[in-house]
Amino acid sequence: MNRASLFVPFAVFLLILLFGYLGFSLNDPHKLPSALLDKPFPTFEAEPLRPGGKTLRREDLLGAPVLVNVWATWCPTCRAEHDELKRLRADEGLKIVGINYKDEPSKARRWLAELGDPYDFNIQDPDGRIGVELGVYGAPESFLLDANGVIRYKRVGDVNPRIWRDEIQPILTLLQQEAGP
Amino acid sequence: MGPELGHVAAIAAFVLSCLLTLAGLIGGARNDGTLLRLSQSLTVGQWTFAVLSFVFLALAFLNDDFTVAYVAENSNSQLPDHFKISAVWGAHEGSFLVWIVIMASWMLAVALRGGDLPADFRGRVLGVLGLLQSGFLAFLLFTSNPFERLVPLAPAEGADLNPLLQDVGLIFHPPILYTGYVGFSVAFAFALAALMTGRLDAAWARWSRPWTNVAWAFLTVGIALGSWWAYYELGWGGWWFWDPVENASFMPWLAGTALVHSLAVTEKRGTFKSWTLLLALTAFSLSLLGAFIVRSGVLTSVHAFAVDPTRGLFILVFLLIVVGGSLLLYALRASTIQSSVRYTLLSREAFMLVNNLLLVVSLAAVLYGTLHPLIYEALSGGQKSSVGAPYFNAVFVPLMVLLALALGTAPVLRWKDTSTGLLWQSLRWVALAAVGLGLVVPWVVTGALAWQVVLTVALGLWIALSQLKDWWRVGLRRARLAYVGMACAHLGFAACLLGAGLTTQLSVERDLRFEPGQSHTVAGYRFEFEGTDAVTGPNYLADQGTFNVFRDDQLLFTLTPEKRRYLARNSVMTEAAIDAGIWRDLYVSLGEPLDPNNGVWAVRIQVKPMVRWIWSGAGLMALGGVLAILDRRYRRRRVRVADAAAEDAADARDSARAPAMDGKAGPAVA
Repeated sequence: MNRASLFVPFAVFLLILLFGYLGFSLNDPHKLPSALLDKPFPTFEAEPLRPGGKTLRREDLLGAPVLVNVWATWCPTCRAEHDELKRLRADEGLKIVGINYKDEPSKARRWLAELGDPYDFNIQDPDGRIGVELGVYGAPESFLLDANGVIRYKRVGDVNPRIWRDEIQPILTLLQQEAGP
Repeated sequence: MGPELGHVAAIAAFVLSCLLTLAGLIGGARNDGTLLRLSQSLTVGQWTFAVLSFVFLALAFLNDDFTVAYVAENSNSQLPDHFKISAVWGAHEGSFLVWIVIMASWMLAVALRGGDLPADFRGRVLGVLGLLQSGFLAFLLFTSNPFERLVPLAPAEGADLNPLLQDVGLIFHPPILYTGYVGFSVAFAFALAALMTGRLDAAWARWSRPWTNVAWAFLTVGIALGSWWAYYELGWGGWWFWDPVENASFMPWLAGTALVHSLAVTEKRGTFKSWTLLLALTAFSLSLLGAFIVRSGVLTSVHAFAVDPTRGLFILVFLLIVVGGSLLLYALRASTIQSSVRYTLLSREAFMLVNNLLLVVSLAAVLYGTLHPLIYEALSGGQKSSVGAPYFNAVFVPLMVLLALALGTAPVLRWKDTSTGLLWQSLRWVALAAVGLGLVVPWVVTGALAWQVVLTVALGLWIALSQLKDWWRVGLRRARLAYVGMACAHLGFAACLLGAGLTTQLSVERDLRFEPGQSHTVAGYRFEFEGTDAVTGPNYLADQGTFNVFRDDQLLFTLTPEKRRYLARNSVMTEAAIDAGIWRDLYVSLGEPLDPNNGVWAVRIQVKPMVRWIWSGAGLMALGGVLAILDRRYRRRRVRVADAAAEDAADARDSARAPAMDGKAGPAVA
């Protein structure tokens, strides 16, 4: 065997480690990459999950602060956060819009029928195109938008009572104050 | 007082492990009898203190000592005692202590059972293991101390164990999984010791095989338990999600499977040597990489522990030293290890190589898919992207089809060379039967011919029939344990493949609205809903539905799925009711109350054919791994050269078909 080729595993490992380090140091994975913070939510045109609804656009997200939640039926964590989303909708009156990410619409509809539906409406993203625009990293992810459709906060991972209390609620209060009396 | 003693015990274990590293490596290099004997005692010492440390943490849980932060976060006075024990490994800090105890136990086993190893070699192995253990203990002590106190602000009550983890499957899953992960460290240490000494012969492979097999068997069972747990506990009947943490356990398994096979070639034929070393290094390195993924929070996952940057950084540096160092040593030293054995394309060696290549390519695919978000992010300067289950299925399934095709051929192949005539003669009826039954059985049972189903059945039968036929040739009762183990493992793989393929293709899933008294029929079973009752558990309240299941108006059984609300965390869990069977599972889970006043519920009913075969198959594989090492040649304390030769002759009887040596296979065996 060529002696140099024996170094290949070592080189591959260093490469993996480099990516691990970059991924780790570039940003805290649970925080929004600064590139998207305070940028407008990307424009899109997509079908709603509910059959027969009108085509959805960015304009449908405007008017009031809204939590955009990226989810899928193949994602166990989405299931874990589902109750919290329902609670936020019911108790806190939060407007929540879902992006059904890389999923089968029939499965998604059944999921909502079974577990309850916390969403105002759901945007279908079967091939993950909106997800790419948003830099979605894995489901679930949530984006908090102000009334003008600007992303003010992003969460990678589940929304739970602690995240709501410590991170989302303070920003939401701020947004509501901004909107004025 | 207890937690402080636990902390001190962990520190003592750390100090002893550091000393062990020095004593083992220096003693091994100088062949110094005193140091080598010392390394034995140090191993026993670090084990004792690691276990003590664990006992003190467990006692804190049993005594509801909520002044300890870790206990307060993961336990509750209402929690049943057996869950208080399993809560010890319910989160990051405690589970890492369990990891350490298991590591200590493997080291103890090497010190006590490694009597047939040359003393200097064993010293080096213990030294390497001591180095790893020091790293683990340093990680625990400096970044993840489970004994930290919440004084003076201790809460009166604990926050409770995550309800998802309050389950019997989860009592066993992590320790068994860790036993597998950590067990690969022994093969890793053997490989490093071989690189240091330049000694890699049949005896080396013979020593390595039992340790590798046991670790591999534990990992197999651990992964299967995790999958089984997800199936019944997450409440929607999925059994594999390609989640980063699942992949983290699956990658070492793939490397370990390749290693088990490659070791066999190294032992029997003295070839694949540097490849075997590389696999041994890889299997454990992937275990460590998995630990990094799970515990640094770098990838989002359902299993992920709390994020803490210092932990991620610590593991990265540890990886750099341990894995980087060992791969560098490999690069510098592997060329001194030569193997020069010839074999043809149609030989057992060549097919072992095919097996290894397919497993390693699968491994690379899973590794790439798992790290894709990191790679993409780094290359694009912070943008994010991910591949989901569709990527993994698209890449992984074809590779497994190829692996299954090769596996069906393998038992017939002999070492060095096999004639095409013999292959054709041995396998034509097997191939015909596999394809024939593959067409007939799905047609008869499902009344349709979906090509995926036909392919699954044909491949499963191809492996199973070819293996059984060869077992019959060797003699069902005459076959040695090593052979029986291999056959078991291969049959287990076939069962797993059948279960996974058929469950995926043929499951029936319906979401239905049930009023009390109402019936729905799914796949020939009639489900009658009696309504729900409120029931009270030790730390939860639940709605329990009652479903009577009929077939042809005959009451078969009653299923009682629950919707539980755990009080301490106020979280809701779906507790599915399952009627398990060899050929199908009936799976009922309560959705949401649609009309609470009239007791109307959304209910999901699933009929999942042969889903148990996945886990039974994994169990059979693990059993095979263990049976193989009970073979008498591994039991001997010292294998003398003459004995080894005699054993090899006996192996040749098992693996080669004597009459075929001259190409005249008789019809008696065909």
